Amino acid sequence: MRYLPLTDGDRQAMLATIGAASIDDLFVDVPAEARLAGTIPGLPDHASEMAVERHMAALARKNLSAGEAPFFLGAGAYKHHVPASVDHLIQRGEFLTAYTPYQPEIAQGTLQVLFEFQTQVARLLGCDVANASMYDGSTACWEAIGMARRITKRGKAILSSGLHPHYVSVAQTMAKFTGDELAYTTPELDSECDSSKLIAAIDKDTSCVVVQYPDILGRIEDLTALADAAHAAGALLIAVVTEPVALGAIKAPGAMGADIVVGEGQSLGVGLQFGGPYLGLFACKQKYVRQMPGRLCGETVDAAGKRGFVLTLSTREQHIRREKATSNICTNSGLCALAFSIHMTLLGEKGLRQLAGLNHALACQAADRLAKVPGVTLMNDSFFNEFTLILPTDAREAVRNLADRGILAGVSLGRLFPTAPDLANGLVVAVTETTTAEDIDALAKALEEELA
Amino acid sequence: MSRYFTDEHEWIDVEGEIATVGITDYAQEQLGDIVFVELPAEGTTFEKGDDAAVVESVKAASDVYAPISGEVVETNSALEDEPALVNSDAEEDGWFFKLRLTDATELEGLMNEAAYKKFVASL
Amino acid sequence: MTMLKEGRPTAPTPVEDAHMAPATATGNRALMLEEKLIFEIGSTDTTGVDFADAPQAASRFGSLARTDGIGLPGLSEQETVRHYTRLSRQNYAIDLGLFPLGSCTMKHNPRLNEKVARMPGFADIHPLQPQSTVQGALGVINELAVWLITLTGMHGVAMTPKAGAHGELCGLLCIRAALEARGDARQVVLVPESAHGTNPATAAFCGYKVEDIPATPDGRVDLEALKTRLGPDVAAVMITNPNTCGLFERDMKVISDAVHAAGAFVYCDGANFNAIVGRVRPGDLGVDAMHINLHKTFSTPHGGGGPGSGPVVLSEALSPFGPLPYTVRMADGTIHLIEEDNVGEEMPQSFGRMSAFHGQMGMFTRALTYILSHGADGLRQVAEDAVLNANYVLRSLEDVLDAPFGASGPCMHEALFSDKGLAEGFTTLDIAKGLIDEGFHPMTMYFPLVVHGAMLVEPTETESKAALDQFILALRSLAERAKAGDEALKGAPYHAPRRRLDETLAARKPVLSWSEPDLADAAE
Repeated sequence: MRYLPLTDGDRQAMLATIGAASIDDLFVDVPAEARLAGTIPGLPDHASEMAVERHMAALARKNLSAGEAPFFLGAGAYKHHVPASVDHLIQRGEFLTAYTPYQPEIAQGTLQVLFEFQTQVARLLGCDVANASMYDGSTACWEAIGMARRITKRGKAILSSGLHPHYVSVAQTMAKFTGDELAYTTPELDSECDSSKLIAAIDKDTSCVVVQYPDILGRIEDLTALADAAHAAGALLIAVVTEPVALGAIKAPGAMGADIVVGEGQSLGVGLQFGGPYLGLFACKQKYVRQMPGRLCGETVDAAGKRGFVLTLSTREQHIRREKATSNICTNSGLCALAFSIHMTLLGEKGLRQLAGLNHALACQAADRLAKVPGVTLMNDSFFNEFTLILPTDAREAVRNLADRGILAGVSLGRLFPTAPDLANGLVVAVTETTTAEDIDALAKALEEELA
Repeated sequence: MSRYFTDEHEWIDVEGEIATVGITDYAQEQLGDIVFVELPAEGTTFEKGDDAAVVESVKAASDVYAPISGEVVETNSALEDEPALVNSDAEEDGWFFKLRLTDATELEGLMNEAAYKKFVASL
Repeated sequence: MTMLKEGRPTAPTPVEDAHMAPATATGNRALMLEEKLIFEIGSTDTTGVDFADAPQAASRFGSLARTDGIGLPGLSEQETVRHYTRLSRQNYAIDLGLFPLGSCTMKHNPRLNEKVARMPGFADIHPLQPQSTVQGALGVINELAVWLITLTGMHGVAMTPKAGAHGELCGLLCIRAALEARGDARQVVLVPESAHGTNPATAAFCGYKVEDIPATPDGRVDLEALKTRLGPDVAAVMITNPNTCGLFERDMKVISDAVHAAGAFVYCDGANFNAIVGRVRPGDLGVDAMHINLHKTFSTPHGGGGPGSGPVVLSEALSPFGPLPYTVRMADGTIHLIEEDNVGEEMPQSFGRMSAFHGQMGMFTRALTYILSHGADGLRQVAEDAVLNANYVLRSLEDVLDAPFGASGPCMHEALFSDKGLAEGFTTLDIAKGLIDEGFHPMTMYFPLVVHGAMLVEPTETESKAALDQFILALRSLAERAKAGDEALKGAPYHAPRRRLDETLAARKPVLSWSEPDLADAAE
């Protein structure tokens, strides 16, 4: 087997050193009834690299990839161009095959990247500090709700109807077991966000208000009034950003008063990957840092006085705090954080602003073009690179039919909100720098034919 | 004023109904460099044995239990910026919090300095 | 107060080495290049990406356009490549040498896995595409699921958990859902003292009270103490097998039977599955739920701290409660997805969704590629070689290092040593830092907590005998130096990019992001 370096001669020599007659002697502690005499039946034996590649390539070919079709899906995962150098650099073995930097003297590469990543994320989201990443946006969102509970010692979270329904589902799953109360309703097909309703719902038991920006229907609104109302009631404002590229063009939630800003960092550097691994972003105000979940990297000096970096404030974490930890998270999304950070470094502020501007301009073009399709209405007044169309028919059905014609038209609200029939005609369309004028035209024409 | 010690390595100075609580020099020595102290909110009421504070080194977080029952009337805000005070002066400037005693009889049975020293020597 | 005295010194003593090489003007040392932060070398006006001009369009932002400076420096592509290449060279990695971190299973990461994961059909598909357009991806999930179920002898598998700790959460949520379904509100989860910290943290996160189970002197769960504690309030027992002392829990089946008889469930932490894959099926030992760290046993790269992936295999009793989305292979070979809209009919007892999409697809493709490469025979060989390598290290060093459980029989995939017998003032940390100078990554240190100054060595099966012999030579030399009281060892590492770092300073005055020096000065 090509990955196993021991020869039979080695094995015999090593058994002799150990003083064991056979490998079986090393498994004596396994109860006899649980010891398997041979290989597990029904499974194939080892295969050559070429054979495995052939098998996997055949499976890959059964998928319609985003690059092969006019592509308009978003709703929490976005197709962006990732510069070639990003993927090259993350495949350097020193990054790819390193462990969590528990021995800082020989992990300064990873640690400096994490320090740079934390700074980039904090600045992008408009917060004081960010951690070294979470699993994804949905779990970061849930962790933020838990953090608000610890800070305010209150158990009622108000979720905006504009929050990604899968993020809501994750929070609802966890709340069943932690006893948090979650107030949530599905959204309405309206150009206005729901902040006035959220403000009215805040009371003395509210731990936090959770609002997505831009929201699941693509809308954006100023969060300042919501932050003020939450703070006046002793509650926190949690903002969720699923498209971080937007923050190259629109105000950062932290700058509008959000106490905790979490997000999905997949847009930069990570790629679609059928939903994972992704990159949870987590940032907050300085005063809450000790209630934050996840790993943190901090600056220090070594014994010779040189600047260096270490993991720090670990006493919040499970390996020290055990049942009193802020979270059970251990492994995070290190390599995805590296990809995000490299992509952000390549862009810089100038490139990020250009990228965001390009996304927005193309989205505006697409929205105007698609709104001209007979029977189709553009719901949004405001948006970044994603907006909601209202079709005269069931959008989920339309999406399936368009997929059969080789067009990946967007995410239907029927897929996202299967239990809300009044949303069934909604279609969320995302447009990025990868979208061409031809793609937009193809979608518009196909939609015209589909609806005719 | 009289000083008491517990076998949980806390010291208590009692003056009238107010008790000042900290951890002993022996305890700080064992914990190593203290990096953070989490203090209770003023106004909190403790029963003897409740979790009252957390003292953190880089590698460990240790709970400090309320050695006696009472209400927190003051905490040592100097520890927020200078947790190292616990290392440099555990039994004076490194105090944690002051309690208004609810049951002075709980002090009975605690150790005096000599008894505590003997206790530590036996560990 | 509680007082944990275990652990490592965390602030170094300043060093003055008589024989240090003279300083260079740049601070560089030949191939070892110092690299500043991007905030010190980049500029907000520089970019390494070219874009087409944006078409004219009226903004739909209203008053929300971002007008402030964000403070994100950019670099040209050349500078970017150089920055990250230089940083990469300050990392140790499996690609460089033996990485014997106990419980972490740092094995070789085959590059075919990387190639496959990057096929556009896997890397460039959206999680919400119509199911007809992602049958190959769903096929990967399903095929991997079948392998995991078969290798573990279990009934079902939840594929969505994103790491080991997330898998633990999934398993305990299944257990809690199953108990609630029978109207049984049990409150307590029992966890051995030697367990990884995620176990009690997870149980507490799920709302359970955590109680410790003591260990026997030979490093295993105290069966009698466990049996005594079992009762109608115990929801589950979380056991790591092989355990964190590197030993197989001989009584596992007896434990499971006792736990089941008391109406509770057995959660197994599968972090150490690498020791038994292909030779033992946890399902045969009565396990109800076990997470599998694909980034350990099935070799998906650790990436400097993630991403991981933690599918959870489930017994028949727990399978109905698993999370969404769930894949099902239909009679016609198509793979069908259970999500919120059809869960009511097809999986009514599911506890719900625990992450936004399908789990760590990029890890599934790698793990399946790894599994197919090994096959049933190769995976069995993996366990055998992993256990052989660990026992070889154990028996080759137990004359110079204390092996607390060395007398209680063979170890599994990791060898445990302690600091007993080192000269006064010498610690496990000194040995670990000495290993750095010898060109190895240190072993796991100060874990498990049940052994004083623990050193947990997991060589894995992908190390040759020659590599092990060199590691043994290095560790033997360090053990002898520490026993002889060689003061120089306390200054190690001497040859790494940095000397020992001041963790106390980092924690007392946390600096968690970069700020411009003049602003920082003004703030003080």
